[in-house]
Amino acid sequence: MVAANLRFGRLTRPTLSRHLLLGLGAALVLLAISTQIGAYDDYNLTAVAIFAVAAAGLTLLTGLNGQLSLGHGALMAVGAYTASLLLKDHQLPVVVVLLLAVLTTGIIGIVFGYAAARLRGPYLAGATLTLAVALPQVATRYKSVFGGDAGLTIPPSAPPTWLGADFPPERWLAWIALAAAVVTMVLLANLLHSSMGRTFIAVRDHEAAAALAGIDVARTQVLAFVISASCAGLAGALFGYWSGVTAPAGFGLGLSLQLVTAIVIGGLGSLAGAVWGSIVLVFVPSLTSGMASSLNVPSSVANNLPLAIYGAILVIAMLVAPHGIQGALKRLLALARARWAHIPAGQKKGVMDWDDPAPDP
Amino acid sequence: MKSPIRGIAIVCLTGLLAACGTSTADNSGTNTASAPGITTSTITIGSTQPLTGPAAPGYSEIAPASNAYFTYLNEHGGIFGRNIVYQYLDDGYNPTITASQTRKLILETKVFAMFSALGTPTHLAVIDYINSEKVPDVFVSSGCNCWNDVSKYPDTFGFQPDYTIEGKVLGQYIKQNLSGQKVGYFYQNDEFGLDGVKGLDDQLGASSIASRQNYVPTNTNVGPQIAALQASGAKVVVSFTIPAFTALALLTAAKLGYHPTWVVSNVGSDITTLTGLLKTFSKGLVGGQLLGGMVTDTYLPLVGDTSNPWITLFKRIHDTIIPGLPWDGNVLYGEVQAYTLAQALKAAGRNPTRSSFVKSLESTKLTGGPGLVPFGFASDNHLGYLGVQVATIAADGTETTTGSVYTSSDSGPITQYSGSASTPPTSGIP
Repeated sequence: MVAANLRFGRLTRPTLSRHLLLGLGAALVLLAISTQIGAYDDYNLTAVAIFAVAAAGLTLLTGLNGQLSLGHGALMAVGAYTASLLLKDHQLPVVVVLLLAVLTTGIIGIVFGYAAARLRGPYLAGATLTLAVALPQVATRYKSVFGGDAGLTIPPSAPPTWLGADFPPERWLAWIALAAAVVTMVLLANLLHSSMGRTFIAVRDHEAAAALAGIDVARTQVLAFVISASCAGLAGALFGYWSGVTAPAGFGLGLSLQLVTAIVIGGLGSLAGAVWGSIVLVFVPSLTSGMASSLNVPSSVANNLPLAIYGAILVIAMLVAPHGIQGALKRLLALARARWAHIPAGQKKGVMDWDDPAPDP
Repeated sequence: MKSPIRGIAIVCLTGLLAACGTSTADNSGTNTASAPGITTSTITIGSTQPLTGPAAPGYSEIAPASNAYFTYLNEHGGIFGRNIVYQYLDDGYNPTITASQTRKLILETKVFAMFSALGTPTHLAVIDYINSEKVPDVFVSSGCNCWNDVSKYPDTFGFQPDYTIEGKVLGQYIKQNLSGQKVGYFYQNDEFGLDGVKGLDDQLGASSIASRQNYVPTNTNVGPQIAALQASGAKVVVSFTIPAFTALALLTAAKLGYHPTWVVSNVGSDITTLTGLLKTFSKGLVGGQLLGGMVTDTYLPLVGDTSNPWITLFKRIHDTIIPGLPWDGNVLYGEVQAYTLAQALKAAGRNPTRSSFVKSLESTKLTGGPGLVPFGFASDNHLGYLGVQVATIAADGTETTTGSVYTSSDSGPITQYSGSASTPPTSGIP
């Protein structure tokens, strides 16, 4: 009862209203954008929203709780296969499918979270890596249920009739994914500013100190894993709708590594960083993929050029902005603040901590 | 975004090419932008191909080879004065990437048609979408009979004979020429292998097979399966495998001292690709000598038959435009597909729409092409080549066809095909 009262008290604080307002504003802007762009841009916007959901969950786990997961692609597969299996024989509303996918992946997250809470550093990375490599193989092994290498197809979610017959299905899907992303971001932002968010950071920074302060380290780690897995499950189900097919090859180790790439490029531990990272993840390959047939170079070069350019951009980004895109933006902002007008308390004008211009939320 | 700039660049470039080309003979009517992807001077088509990833060895040559033929075609006036612009995107043989790349081609590039999209699992991921957008989806690079489903997929057309037909003709050859020997199967555990086995069982009888072994492409250890075939006493092994697994099976068998007669499906038997793979896998210990005595089949002139006028034409185009690629079955396949598309576009008339193009493919017989057998295309049939001819590989690595050309369907009887081979037009374009 006391806990419930505390939680209620927390909800009434201005943090929630601020996040709700921000979320509402973002939703309106994104809605406006989605109606002004073409079908293919809507399709890419959907992908950004999906990756942002998964990356936000991962950045909570890795950036704020200090547990590295190389297996989030596999957790997305759990969400996607849940959606595919549900839609194989039944017609269910999108919201129901998404919630069930979150639930299933959350349960897998509990199981795996308990194992993960006992492991540290490279051992945790190894265990989650196993998940990424092994789980897609289950689909190949049990072909009659999961459809083998060809996977399961997901029928598109048709736009409701009141939107008109000509309403592009890509835009409808973009709305679903953006709504899911905004809700996830508001919930996670709120969580991070709560006492729970602070326990996550305390456990990351010093487990022994956190335990001495009365925090149940293992429980905190399992909880972080479950929340993170649920986000991956939601993203996975949306991913299924987005690509129209759930196949093991789509959820390989590559996807897990892409998610880690997104949160590192975007800025570890920041929700905004997860969004930046997702934008890079979606648009850079999309811009480079037409090169093989358009460039007049030997095919052995042209075929591999998009991958090479993608890799080069990642390397350059890490050299230029080691704290990620969000870190670079924060620095620029802090620099501007220090130079002009606002002077943070206890600092002189023109002086700032370059390495940590803005502390964690 | 930068796509408009690329589009302008392509238009300028192709305009330049068109200015260099000679004019076509047929000048009646004027070109209009009759459909998405068609302008007065270009036809843009799209494809998804495994340019990187597990299926890239060999198969990554197909799209550049098609493009080489289109370059040749454009240099010689194109189709009704229009140049073909071929946009092929890499999907790494990953159905999820195929899904996004196909949407890019249809929604952003706005291609007139999808052409030669490669792979069974990859194309199954997008076939519903392509048909819902009513985009012609021609000459899918896979022998799955899933492409021949006119009521469900009215815009999709196959290309090569489906694996069941191949299995039937190979089964008939075994029955007639290798009778009395125990037969075993080694096949990929998906539509490819299972369709082939269906055709083989139809001819050989399911109960007479000594051993049935399968593999999944993600597990490269085929030792247990080959050992089981050896233990079963099979003297003939029919192998419905992709090239990498044909090579692995041959090497594993050689290591075990097991020397059956190998009967390998067309897609897994390209000599150049296999020789390269055998050398790589065995670290140079063996090469093409393991291929001696192999039985396979073909629906195109043999790639090594330099006396064939079609081979002369396609090899000449290969040698001038894409000399960096090996001259092998994959390159021939890509060029033949491109030639067939040129035939189909020409038959559809000067200003086709997407639906008139599909109608025309169903009603005009694409005869006079390089294939040994006719296409099955009709209003109730979207099957590609209807049959194959058996071929054998000698100890020195030369391939020769043997026996008659046979046609069949998944359920019908096998019939001897009596039509004669055609010769290419002197210009090299249909």
